[in-house]
Amino acid sequence: MLSRTADNLFWIARYMERADTAARLLQVGSRISLIPTAQGFRSEWDSLLQASGMAEGFGRKYGDPVQRNLESWLFFDRDNPSSVASCITSARENGRIVRTALTTQTWDALNMAFQELRQLERQERSRLDLSMLTDWAMRQAALVRGAIDATLLRNDGYNFLNIGYYLERADNTARLMDVKYYVLLPSLELVGSGLDNYQWSMLLRALGSQRAFHWAYGGDVTAAKIADFLILNRQCPRSLITCLAGIENHLGRLAKAYRREMAVQEQARALLADLESETAERIFDEGLHEYLTRFITGTAALGGAIHDTYLSGEMRGCA
Amino acid sequence: MGYFDEMNGGANGGGSNARPPYARLGDWLQSMPAELRSLKQAEAEALFRRIGITFAVYGEGGDPDRLIPFDMFPRVFSGAEWARLERGIKQRARALNAFLVDVYGRGEIVRAGRIPARLVYQNEAYEKAVAGFVPPKGVYSHIVGIDIVRTGPDEFFVLEDNCRTPSGVSYMLESREMMMRMFPSLFRENRIQPVDIYPDKLRRTLTSVAPQKCNGAPTVVILTPGHFNSAYYEHSFLADLMGVELVEGQDLFVDGEFVYMRTTEGPKRVDVIYRRIDDAFLDPLCFRPDSMLGVPGLMDVYRSGGVTICSAPGAGVADDKAVYTYVPEMVRFYLGEEPILQNVPTWQCGKPDDLGHVLANLAELVVKEVHGSGGYGMLVGPKSTAEQIEAFRAKISANPANYIAQPTLSLSTVPTFVEEGVAPRHVDLRPYCLVGETIELVPGGLTRVALREGSLVVNSSQGGGVKDTWVLAE
Repeated sequence: MLSRTADNLFWIARYMERADTAARLLQVGSRISLIPTAQGFRSEWDSLLQASGMAEGFGRKYGDPVQRNLESWLFFDRDNPSSVASCITSARENGRIVRTALTTQTWDALNMAFQELRQLERQERSRLDLSMLTDWAMRQAALVRGAIDATLLRNDGYNFLNIGYYLERADNTARLMDVKYYVLLPSLELVGSGLDNYQWSMLLRALGSQRAFHWAYGGDVTAAKIADFLILNRQCPRSLITCLAGIENHLGRLAKAYRREMAVQEQARALLADLESETAERIFDEGLHEYLTRFITGTAALGGAIHDTYLSGEMRGCA
Repeated sequence: MGYFDEMNGGANGGGSNARPPYARLGDWLQSMPAELRSLKQAEAEALFRRIGITFAVYGEGGDPDRLIPFDMFPRVFSGAEWARLERGIKQRARALNAFLVDVYGRGEIVRAGRIPARLVYQNEAYEKAVAGFVPPKGVYSHIVGIDIVRTGPDEFFVLEDNCRTPSGVSYMLESREMMMRMFPSLFRENRIQPVDIYPDKLRRTLTSVAPQKCNGAPTVVILTPGHFNSAYYEHSFLADLMGVELVEGQDLFVDGEFVYMRTTEGPKRVDVIYRRIDDAFLDPLCFRPDSMLGVPGLMDVYRSGGVTICSAPGAGVADDKAVYTYVPEMVRFYLGEEPILQNVPTWQCGKPDDLGHVLANLAELVVKEVHGSGGYGMLVGPKSTAEQIEAFRAKISANPANYIAQPTLSLSTVPTFVEEGVAPRHVDLRPYCLVGETIELVPGGLTRVALREGSLVVNSSQGGGVKDTWVLAE
């Protein structure tokens, strides 16, 4: 397949996954803002913006985190490249470019998401309920994902889509965890406090994994359990190990289909092997932040290698 | 002004009995009350938008996802009517290609004094870079779109020829799909010849002109300017139906004697390029150095027989509006036949006598730019105000050679769904003739309809719509 086509497929997946994350953040943020505190209501919007890496752009445009502006920023704002609207528009545009590599149902799902988004944008904002918006966005992401899974040929294009999904998801999970540890909880004495545990639950909620976590672990929410769940547990659909195993699997399928092993396959296997030999204790000994930084750098390098090998058209990195 | 209605015959659509090709459409119309009609129309619109078949109009801004209006009332030709059109279209396509091979070769037609040398060799579209080169099978224009209008039962005129990359064929195919989906019974009652073989025929045409150096099955690609182009939908639609890659300039590169595309498995050789970009953008080393769309070195590979480009660079010299006047002459000169399809009488403002006539009769004429297209930069005398006419007069006087003029034809009408019911609207026809090892024409084409009452401008950029075009099996 054309390298540019593979690149477009890869980005369709990344943008849809990113739209899903933005919607989840928005949902969690609005939920937290409903919880009363001594001073009035809690506000974790600041931390959510940090989590999504969108804080700087928001500050420039709006200043203080007022809920309504946050909703605009995370959902509708085209100045925010990671807003739901920007991501869906970019995913659909990438899809339009590679229409011939998609099934009718997949294109339909992408195009309908975009057409409905345009209708939402035309409506008066006061009539739009936030939970309706976030549900809508997550449903669109699921529809696209479902159409891909149900209808697409299991060919190289399917592999590039999945690599995009897993890479984006790995990155999102790692960043959310990192922000929780460093931004939300700056002072060490708070570790293990009620606030600490509350923030960890919020993180689970943002990842849509709260119930799954309780099924898998039971008992109190602790940092160690959550780290284990989100980093090392293969049952968790968003854990770092699940994502890396997904990337490794689909890269392997590419090598097989093309009858050619490249350096990037070995790189993915090495990252996965690292994760498999990790334990939660060792991660906390190293420091969660240090560990996650190392992980994010490693996956970014892997993404770069995938680009050089398959997406750039240069075919760099022969094994 | 009187005009011929294709369903009811007679002038001004006044005939009482439907002409035979339309005979069964009366009942269909009766069986469709207004509510059902608007329901169907809404369904068609939703389907078109859902497929993503839209058309962006250059320079108008606004909605890039605008739909071309689709009219559900079909336009019908009898088998006999079509047979004559087909002979005329193929004849013309042959003559145009013979002309192109000639003017890039010995130029016999110019030497014989049948067409002025100035019109050919001074023409902007004449590519000196390909002089002396004969493309595979002697074909310059592989897809010839010939715009035809009708003024009476047997009166057909060619309005213009499109030898480069005529667009719109996706509308021919999608309109048919839409009609079959919405009104299957019509297709049981009428014996309508299929058009969906077009993509197969196009693929065969393109593979039949593989370059000399190609051994084995040729790899065909479509070269598009990119997804911002207004015809991008059509490019991707055709690539999909033919099962070939849709590439942009950046996906191709030249290495040694060949052109390759960048794939996830490394470079893959390309043999035939169906390009949908203009000559000027093909190769920055040969044409416009600032072109980002093209492939550096492409023309060298082309001229040494390493790749075929369809349509061949330079084909545009045959579809210029001034050269158009001489096409009947080409038919006689190269084929030794009389032209089956007539030209519209045309005055060339570059000739002093013609210019005088044009300026004296502006209010009755249609004036076009020689290199214009898409219905832009034209004057329809009878539909224009005195100020518009005077403004155009100044433009013509400033640069007469840039304009041609034709009488305002009373284009035929076909019943069309409008707000108040059904009313006659003016139409034209663009069939797509395929020229490769053989010359072929699918029975149908793109019928464009001027949706505004009385309007004669059918271009989609000027408020035109499309209809399904039927050719009945006899």
